[in-house]
Amino acid sequence: MVERVLAALAEIPDPEIPVISVVDLGVVRNVELDGERVHVEFTPTFLGCPAQEAMRSAMEEKIRGLGLEPDVEVVLDDSWSTDRITPAGRAQLRASGFSPPAPRGAAAPTLVQLQSAVFRCPYCGSSETRLDNIFGPTPCRSIRYCLNCRQPFEQFKTI
Amino acid sequence: MSELLLELADDELILGWRNSEWTGIAPFLEEDVAFSSIAQNEIGHARALYELAARDLGTTADELAFDRRPGEYRCSALVELRLVHDWARTIARHVLYEEADEARIAALKEADDPEVAGLAAKIDREEAYHRMHARMWHDRLQHEPRYVEALAELRPLVGEPGEHGAEFAELWEEMTMVRRSIPGATW
Repeated sequence: MVERVLAALAEIPDPEIPVISVVDLGVVRNVELDGERVHVEFTPTFLGCPAQEAMRSAMEEKIRGLGLEPDVEVVLDDSWSTDRITPAGRAQLRASGFSPPAPRGAAAPTLVQLQSAVFRCPYCGSSETRLDNIFGPTPCRSIRYCLNCRQPFEQFKTI
Repeated sequence: MSELLLELADDELILGWRNSEWTGIAPFLEEDVAFSSIAQNEIGHARALYELAARDLGTTADELAFDRRPGEYRCSALVELRLVHDWARTIARHVLYEEADEARIAALKEADDPEVAGLAAKIDREEAYHRMHARMWHDRLQHEPRYVEALAELRPLVGEPGEHGAEFAELWEEMTMVRRSIPGATW
């Protein structure tokens, strides 16, 4: 049954980046079944992200759709990081023009790292890219520019 | 602990509002985006901190954010200032705030309460980008006389309790207007 719940949750797209599901985004930390009741631990991404509410109500709706009673707990601890995005999720991001986040090191990323040219363009694969803006259209994205194919693109921030 | 959380939450909420005043009128498009995004993050942090404080105080995050009188907010004098149209002072405040905030969040990460420590660590992941942005602007402006003066002028306001004067009252009116318009609404 837990598998059925997870499969249903995997059908929920991220409201702002619909190419990736909430499961591939890594925000479903734990699913437990207690009779008819499904307890989901949901670890939001960025605290100011308005998708948080939409994801939560979509999860509740999916669980009700299985004839079960949802109990979605929002867990605001430190357990979500962009390292929780699955390999499938990273591939989906890349395929739709979002460069997936670089792995997080022991410490927070630095400006020097962001300004380096190790980030690959999701369109042509070149690493000749430059940082245009630390911030982008949503809290999770930066803006970069590919010097090879001359295309601006969105880079998922590493957090 | 709830007092400390409220202090931080109020700072983040008010600074979030002040930063959002640049939306649409920043010196160039990238900074429109940056200040709007930073504002969104700060208000998100405020919300999570209010939720944590609300549990201890037996209230709700919305009540803490919007139902208190202007004099009850614990934000610092630094974040209260309306600095829109003055880029040098805006950047000086940004740099001074992020510097002080880093130390405060680092201390909260060591808190005995695991919920406080966990939330502080989560906030810190996002703040790393605010600090980068502040540092980048500091490096760019550090020899500009207007910026140097602004730093000297605003530094004494870091952590200084706000005066909650007319400028703050105006912001409070604007910030709480929608909520006050329909008392008891659950939105």
